[in-house]
Amino acid sequence: MNSIKAIQDEIIEEFSLFEDWMQRYEYMIELGKSLPLIKNDYKTDKYLIKGCQSKVWVHANLDGDKLKFTADSDAIITKGIIAILIRVFSDQNPKDILEADTDFIDKIGLKEHLSPTRANGLVSMVKQIKMYAVVFQTQFN
Amino acid sequence: MIDIKKIRSDFPILSRKINGKDLVYFDNAATSQTPKQVIDVIVDYYTRLNSNIHRGVHKLSQEATDAYEKARIKIQKHFNVAKSYQIIFTAGTTESINLVASGYSKFLKPDDELIISSLEHHSNIVPWQMLCEKTGAILKVIPMSLDGSLDMNSFYNLLSSKTKLVFVNHVSNALGIINPIEDIIIKAHEYGAKVLVDGAQACPHIKPDLQALDVDFYVTSAHKLCGPTGVGMLYGKLELLKSLPPYQGGGEMISTVTFEKTTYADLPHKFEAGTPNIAGGIAFGAALDYMNSIGFDNIAEYENELLNYATNALKKIDGIKIYGEVKNKTAVISFNIRGIHPYDIGSILDQLGIAVRTGHHCAQPIMDFFAIPGTVRASFSFYNTFVEIDRLVEAVNKAATMLK
Repeated sequence: MNSIKAIQDEIIEEFSLFEDWMQRYEYMIELGKSLPLIKNDYKTDKYLIKGCQSKVWVHANLDGDKLKFTADSDAIITKGIIAILIRVFSDQNPKDILEADTDFIDKIGLKEHLSPTRANGLVSMVKQIKMYAVVFQTQFN
Repeated sequence: MIDIKKIRSDFPILSRKINGKDLVYFDNAATSQTPKQVIDVIVDYYTRLNSNIHRGVHKLSQEATDAYEKARIKIQKHFNVAKSYQIIFTAGTTESINLVASGYSKFLKPDDELIISSLEHHSNIVPWQMLCEKTGAILKVIPMSLDGSLDMNSFYNLLSSKTKLVFVNHVSNALGIINPIEDIIIKAHEYGAKVLVDGAQACPHIKPDLQALDVDFYVTSAHKLCGPTGVGMLYGKLELLKSLPPYQGGGEMISTVTFEKTTYADLPHKFEAGTPNIAGGIAFGAALDYMNSIGFDNIAEYENELLNYATNALKKIDGIKIYGEVKNKTAVISFNIRGIHPYDIGSILDQLGIAVRTGHHCAQPIMDFFAIPGTVRASFSFYNTFVEIDRLVEAVNKAATMLK
């Protein structure tokens, strides 16, 4: 498994290949459509992230020493953003997730091309992923 | 007749590029754009007049006071109000509503009833809920019919001798439906109830005659009708404004102050504590001048043409559903495309330079009624064009293809 940093660099590279933001949006929509479905049991208020205009559910479980994330949203572009976050943070151990920089989001220009509410939602998602890492990290100690 | 080329040249922001494309601004129901005639008034105020009003002995203060009070008279004339001091300057619609709601606790007792419509903006729901919590009064809601209009028979049934106040928006912000406020006012008065009408969404399109309407309170914001943000008005019938207690304490709202007792100033100053938004108030007057120079009949006629053109064109899109499609509505189209989240459509439109609103439009009860997370809302103004609507339709088609 690649390190979080290596995956982030890959994504930055991929995003730089597109000519304009419409193409990047098309790409995010494709990612959103291909995101594996989450179990309906997890699409409840317990797993809902607050601060998004669309609904976002994130679930995490431990597989060995790695944290696995699954997620869903009722909006497809939001799902695409989640797919990117899952690619970066899923299958990593909690300590690495906690220590990871998230400036790749700025580097691909995602934040400035999102509406303020969606950018807030993105921040909430990253926070939630890190929160899960905190919870599972304490289980190790 | 509308001289669209001339009008568009009045609005500097309309020549902006967004994401490399000409801006198409269809979020007018959230806030309208500002013509240079109004911008100039704000610049002129800070360039030539800036000073505090109503108390200075010096020339600048005199001139600023004159300009501010002239604006109040412009607003009075525009809404056909008997006395200029029945116009209270506020920070906007929300503050106007809170001013009345806060003072009204004095007149309510437990089991009194307030009626609001299910088409309300959150700003016209929450203050009354707070008032009910404080006084023990009960909030009743006029339900919606399937087409999104108010169920008037239910309203008649809700009215009783217990009804003290009725609150309804003149035009619904989420759907653009014009409510039958004339009928609501007449029926409420038969039971001795007072009526507050929220005109925030109506005033950009309709010039209401407040004496003819016989409405008890009417509120609106300047920024919806080509004026600046942070200023609005409360109109009230004289005896009601006199009996309502002051909303905030401070300078300018007092007559005499000792530590034993303060006597309040006369209207309108009783409700205008502190230094007001002077430039904003003056610009509010200028905005009404500007809109009247175009003419509300012309505005309504042109916006109706835009609305019909856009409705017909959008309806051809596969899977589209328009909410609140009734005969009496302003130039607002609230819609969804089957299977697509409104937020996704809004994001693609933004990439194409088109500004619309997505979400619940601060009217969650309406969204719950239709069982949807929100809508895409395109709201038109007299400075929009048919070519811009073509671009909207093309962009919605493109978004639908991408997102399906």
